[in-house]
Amino acid sequence: MESVLLATAAVPGGATWSHVLKRGTALRITDVEGGANVAAYFLNFDLPSERFNLPDTLKAQHTARLTKGHVLYSDMGRILCSITEDTVGWHDPLAGLSNAELIEKKYGRLTYQKARNDWHQNARDGLSIELGKYGLAPRDLHATVNFFSKVSVDHDGNMHYCADNSAPGGYVELRAEMNVLVLLNTCPHPLDPAGKYAPKPVTLSINRVPAPRSDDPCRTQCRENTRGFLLTEFYFL
Amino acid sequence: MATINSQISSLRPEAALESFIVEAGDPFVREIRCGQILRIVDLEGNQAVDTLFYNAHDYSDRYSAQDTVREQGNIYLTTGTRLLSTQGNVLLTIVADTCGRHDTFGGACAQESNMVRYAIEKRSMHACRQSFMKGLQQWQPEPGMRHFDKGDITSNINFFMNVPMTPEGGLTFEDGVSEAGKYVELRAEMDVILAISNCPQLNNPCNAYNPTPVQVLIWDVPLQEVNVQ
Repeated sequence: MESVLLATAAVPGGATWSHVLKRGTALRITDVEGGANVAAYFLNFDLPSERFNLPDTLKAQHTARLTKGHVLYSDMGRILCSITEDTVGWHDPLAGLSNAELIEKKYGRLTYQKARNDWHQNARDGLSIELGKYGLAPRDLHATVNFFSKVSVDHDGNMHYCADNSAPGGYVELRAEMNVLVLLNTCPHPLDPAGKYAPKPVTLSINRVPAPRSDDPCRTQCRENTRGFLLTEFYFL
Repeated sequence: MATINSQISSLRPEAALESFIVEAGDPFVREIRCGQILRIVDLEGNQAVDTLFYNAHDYSDRYSAQDTVREQGNIYLTTGTRLLSTQGNVLLTIVADTCGRHDTFGGACAQESNMVRYAIEKRSMHACRQSFMKGLQQWQPEPGMRHFDKGDITSNINFFMNVPMTPEGGLTFEDGVSEAGKYVELRAEMDVILAISNCPQLNNPCNAYNPTPVQVLIWDVPLQEVNVQ
């Protein structure tokens, strides 16, 4: 079975988007202009107490960055999504979400009353509100990923934001291994040193894709992932 | 070579208000009042102490690893680290630390993640999430406060655990940098609930393959008497 395009969408900068990404489909996120940041969070839509677990994701794959071949683990030892394509090479799992205080401190306060849809928004509030639409609450929001952004860590543990990590047209593709509630926010990365609030847009496309085969690169990335796929497939028996 | 900072405390154990021994594989949940000092002692060395903190008056306002490391610009916790909550509050400050470096990205072991990391057959081995679930389920909340559940268990601190990251984006679990008698001390900046799982993991070197007891000490110190310098 070949990949079949099902839908496309555009998300402006500073916005929040969500979708129940069905098992057997994949979401491609494209950084149209370069320099986008997409904060992302994932839950099992059929069992929302099962959600993205960042430490399990990092330690199972012995990585402090995310790219093609990696998968996103839930807290139940199962795989929510696999990263099946990536032209960027490094997505940030460390720095977390912008919040109202941080955005105001960096860029000043700009209200909706004053600026209409150009107002200054932040990722934590955006994702919290979006979770509320599914009957969930801010307490359901745990550690997140920042797609298209890079924060490196030196030998003393100091964190360094790396500008120009993502070129125009770069993309990352997430294949759903279960029915996944995906929440995205396009506010600036919390460590982006740019002095102006200028969040970048992304485009989205959803494809129907083949089920992962026995030689799938995410499955064979490491023995941990082979077991992760086994446990995820067991969940559907 | 990474820099390790050590900061000793002037507090005397015999002056502590309370002292507890937490055996490996056990949970420990306790309210720490604003201004009180909490010390966790790695009695026998190389013991990972998985730890969570909550605002005692709003459990959804809880320790946030990502906010804590981002705001200090460093992924390791040590003296001076302010433990931030999801709502941006300072829950506690680390005021002394003779180990010098603690992890907050290694998370807690769970039966389910042990199956992924080691072998499907490891399902029934004891794990930190079992202890967190037990300790938090058995915690009797104050009137007006709800009970804890699994959704409250978030990315935790691993006191005394060494999970270095490399500039290339690698991550490894290494032998501890701690040893017998090392401790970390924290001042509560608000009323908090402390939840510990003294890690029972036998499958990796985070406990040197030998999980051991730790000591928890609590001092009732007026804020003006605390001088960490």
